[in-house]
Amino acid sequence: MTVSVNHSENPAPLPLVPRSARINRAAIGFDSRTLLRISRMAFDHPWRMTLAIVATILAAIAQIVIPRLIGDAVDNAQGILGDLSLSETSASNALVITAWWLFAVSVFRGLVTMVQNYQGEAVGHLIGYRLRLDYYAKLQQLSFRYHDQTHTGDVMTRGILDIEGIRQWVHTGILRIILLVVLIFGGGAMLVSLDSSLALVALAFVPLVAVGASLARLKLRALWYALQEELSVLTRVMEENLGGIRVVRAFAAVRFELARFDQISSIARHITQNRIWVFVASTTAMTFSFFLSMGLVLWIGGEHVLSGRITVGELATFLTFMTILQQPVRQIAWMVNSIARTSTCGSRVFEILDMDSDIREHQDAVTIPKDAKGTIRFEGVSFDYYDHNKEALTLTDISFEIEPGKVLGIVGPPGSGKSTIANLIPRFYDVDEGRITIAGINVKNFRLPELRRFVSVVQQDAFLFTSAVDTNIAYGDPWADRSAIRQATETAQLHQYINQLPDTYNTLIGERGVSLSGGQRQRLAIARSILPESGVLVFDDATAAVDAGTELQIRQSLSKHMEARATIIVAHRLSSLAHADEILFLDQGRIIERGSHEELVALGGRYANLLALQTTGTQGHISES
Amino acid sequence: MNNTSSQEKQKQEPLAVVGSQDAFEEEMFGAAFDGEILRRFWAFIKPYKRTLFIAMIGVLVFTSTQISIPLLIRFAIDNALFGDQPGLELLHIIVIGFFVVVVINYLANMVQEFLVGRVAGNLLFDLRRAMYAHLQVVSLSFMDKTEVGRLMSRLQGDVNSLQEFLETSIFALGDLVLLIGICTVLLWLDLRLGLLTLTVVPALLIVRIVWLPYARKAFLTARETSSTVNGALAENVHGIRAIQSMSREQLNYQLFGEKVKANLTAHLRASQLSNMMVPIVDTLTGLAMVIVVLIGGDMVLDGNLELGVMVAFLFYIQRFFDPIRSLTIQYSIMQRAMASGQRIFEVLDVPLAVQDNPNAITLNQHDGSVEFDNVSFAYEADRPVLKEISFRVDAGEVVALVGPTGSGKTSVISLLHRFYDVDSGSIRIGGHNVRDIALDSIGAEVGMVLQEPFLFSGTVRDNIRYHTLTATREDIESAAKTVGAHDFICALPLGYDTELDQRGSNLSLGQRQLISFARALVADTRILILDEATANIDSYTEREIQQALVQLLRGRTAIIIAHRLATIRGADRILVLRDGEIIEQGNHDSLVADEGLYARLYKLNQGSFDDYT
Repeated sequence: MTVSVNHSENPAPLPLVPRSARINRAAIGFDSRTLLRISRMAFDHPWRMTLAIVATILAAIAQIVIPRLIGDAVDNAQGILGDLSLSETSASNALVITAWWLFAVSVFRGLVTMVQNYQGEAVGHLIGYRLRLDYYAKLQQLSFRYHDQTHTGDVMTRGILDIEGIRQWVHTGILRIILLVVLIFGGGAMLVSLDSSLALVALAFVPLVAVGASLARLKLRALWYALQEELSVLTRVMEENLGGIRVVRAFAAVRFELARFDQISSIARHITQNRIWVFVASTTAMTFSFFLSMGLVLWIGGEHVLSGRITVGELATFLTFMTILQQPVRQIAWMVNSIARTSTCGSRVFEILDMDSDIREHQDAVTIPKDAKGTIRFEGVSFDYYDHNKEALTLTDISFEIEPGKVLGIVGPPGSGKSTIANLIPRFYDVDEGRITIAGINVKNFRLPELRRFVSVVQQDAFLFTSAVDTNIAYGDPWADRSAIRQATETAQLHQYINQLPDTYNTLIGERGVSLSGGQRQRLAIARSILPESGVLVFDDATAAVDAGTELQIRQSLSKHMEARATIIVAHRLSSLAHADEILFLDQGRIIERGSHEELVALGGRYANLLALQTTGTQGHISES
Repeated sequence: MNNTSSQEKQKQEPLAVVGSQDAFEEEMFGAAFDGEILRRFWAFIKPYKRTLFIAMIGVLVFTSTQISIPLLIRFAIDNALFGDQPGLELLHIIVIGFFVVVVINYLANMVQEFLVGRVAGNLLFDLRRAMYAHLQVVSLSFMDKTEVGRLMSRLQGDVNSLQEFLETSIFALGDLVLLIGICTVLLWLDLRLGLLTLTVVPALLIVRIVWLPYARKAFLTARETSSTVNGALAENVHGIRAIQSMSREQLNYQLFGEKVKANLTAHLRASQLSNMMVPIVDTLTGLAMVIVVLIGGDMVLDGNLELGVMVAFLFYIQRFFDPIRSLTIQYSIMQRAMASGQRIFEVLDVPLAVQDNPNAITLNQHDGSVEFDNVSFAYEADRPVLKEISFRVDAGEVVALVGPTGSGKTSVISLLHRFYDVDSGSIRIGGHNVRDIALDSIGAEVGMVLQEPFLFSGTVRDNIRYHTLTATREDIESAAKTVGAHDFICALPLGYDTELDQRGSNLSLGQRQLISFARALVADTRILILDEATANIDSYTEREIQQALVQLLRGRTAIIIAHRLATIRGADRILVLRDGEIIEQGNHDSLVADEGLYARLYKLNQGSFDDYT
């Protein structure tokens, strides 16, 4: 079936699909610092690099010698050796010698080219290997604040495409430059020694092709990025359409959607055509100029042969060398491209690698005492996500204390700063003012991994890793034994559900596995967080999607767990925290009411108000008929 | 934590992985030729067959000029430089001939490259368009079953390999002609020397054929390990908050290290294999040259061979491994294309769910009532989802559907919108059977708000307007005001012109819900279907949504799959479904008094009707 689109049926303009703002990756950059830094990384493998460079030079020399030998062979066949005329037998002997030389040099060329390519690529892969590890480690180190502000797509592009771009610098950049220099200058010298004016004609195409091809290549590069941009918009349109196909069907918007698709698709098609044209125009022109040079060599060289200035063999040398030179000269374009690409990619990757995390471990960080009972204190804590926008901070002057075995409840409207309190304790962010202490010691003085293991935060929106259920639950304690895992899932009221999955604890979940409901995800997050030994439990709105009955069961089975620990419960459902020893009501980053449930109800303020709203639960009739 | 026990623990294998363990793998190679796929592919090529015909002529002309250049050089040597009457005049004529050939070569090259590139490019867009258009109308159950990622890889990767296929097969034709041409010319120039020289060709062919499966395996491994590494990196980015909060950095780094190492090894192996061919080809080239120089050279000395022929031989040898190399690469591309073609045509063969009746009507005047008359329906033949359901919703009435998961609520609303056709019975909108109404017309009369508010990239305004392109700024803003979204929209950096991040992730769930309400309001349909969000939202947002709902439903016929007690109690009538049947109906008070399923659900769970199965 085809759905035809009649554009004239859409009088109003289609909304343009936005192009994501992005760094100009098509930049024709030349960043010598970046190139130097990558080249230095290459020389971290001195033996491989030396081998690669020596092989490259030898390969270039072999390339120059072969045309010379071919010319000799042609002359030998006419009974000429150098300036001498030979008898038939000695000519025949000369032929044998030239032939075996040709064979030997060919084999040699093959071997050194192999070494050159392999070692060049290997060094590139080794650099890529190093960068991938460093990049991964750096991302792990960078704080929540960095990750909040960064587009995940951009981080991935740097980690995949840009590292790939850097990797190819060794064999498409460094080695190719060496090869070309030796080939053009060495080969040029060889030709000049044979016939200087003819050499000029023979090499005339080199600068022409080099400049023309490089310009075209840079143009193609810009077009390529433009195309990628359009294609990424197209991808987004298609993904959204297919993912939201029910909306599309519900609004009977197929025609609209196809028109949108066609709009972007036609831009992409246009750029594609444009690219093909630039590509074809430049490559064919290169071949043409090369053949023209060859024609000129045949013409002038032929005249020189007739006048006796050169031999036919020497003419053959010219023609073969030109043929051999053709390919590397075209590659000058790729080299220019490689310089631009490496500059851009390199600077983008190094930008991240050189970044410092704003959350760092103190130089003389201390270990959390083994028998630490975590009393948590907030002392006049103020904090803001943005850089000190003094008018409305996320948190202002928050102070409280919870002892082990006690429960603190935090409630308040969306955006009041509840989750922020949870995020400050394990130092996902650092406070701007005031301090947070555990067992009397500022959290900034603890060793970071220990602090985070000590403070178990059950997050609002649990991230599921695409792996088995048990692997997900054991995420914080991969060495936990089966019984401990099972105990945690029982506490979180998840064991029954897992048992009825096709492969029980081995069932794949996450992006490509069984998908869990919101409540199941939250229960899994709870199981995951209580599995490792910890000193403080923080529930950041962690039971919002769990029904009230199950939540009660979880609370009951957790009670043993909570006996020895300080617990913080952030929630908007009041039944989740009514049992807390103290409840803070937050609004716009300030504590506006505090006390036990009973005290707050008696107070008759915001808390009591919210309670009323949640218990009556009706807002009258929704249809007015 | 005790130190010795933790050391003991470290000895065991940790229960930990990084990156997804099952990157979806698809068959990469098919048979090199599959007649059925080629036949269907032809349907897409057909519109361009004239262009392609010209392109093919271009390929042939280009190839013949390539072959003729060494011949011209040979002719120049043997006739103008040596031979009976050597001289400048003949040389000049030959050079002019050479330039003519070069110009023809240039033009033919342009024609072939440009036309082939253009057609292949167009083909890619055509194929993608055809698949995309088809996916807009296939049955929803197919879409539900199929991951978006999988479809995207067909819309992107697979169409690319068919594009590549077209380009390749045309240039493969050129390479084949070149190979045959060179062989023919060599044999024609001198049969004996030609035969001797050509002995290296089968040698290379055999080497390539032995080498190919190893190389392919190495490249596949390299690709696979790369995608594993990328997957692990993606996980590190997306799950960073979980990773840091559970201090998994060190262990993950170690596990990632193993994967990167495997990737490095695989790439080095692939690089080894691909570069291994270089000395082999060069050795064979050297061997061919030895044959020409030794035997040909002696023949020239003996006067049995012209010098130009020997030179021509040496030229051809430099060239004739190229087509063999391209042909083996092209073979792999063809196999890949067949596998891709298979997948593409699979998508194009997915049957359509519903189609317009040829005499379908457009609803103009109707009362806005909805009627289900003995409707039965099943997705799979032996598992009925709805069993002879009958009910009527009068114009302006609000009906809530309540029932456990799997009771058939979603099917009721999908059928009303004719996402599927009923198996028996009938559904009428305003007295007309939905089968007789044009699909576009149903869309214009029946609006739908889905459970998960789905927003598109674009501005807030674009999202509210969606496909109602006639909606003015005022329409959009008044809709937003009505549902109570205007204030928060104005507080966004650019108000209505604010771009939404990835599907509105910069908005809260409640805000997204309100925008989807506004969208339904702008579409302004007489009948509204609403699937209430199940996700728990805080009390403040819930209140706003309830207020918006009152505005949205004003004067419309509505069927709501309701989860919240407030919504259910507010409805005119409640239908309670279980196992595809309506078991109770009435308003809240009467149903509670009846003490049936509804009463039980109500007592069990005062706040919401979810999480019960």
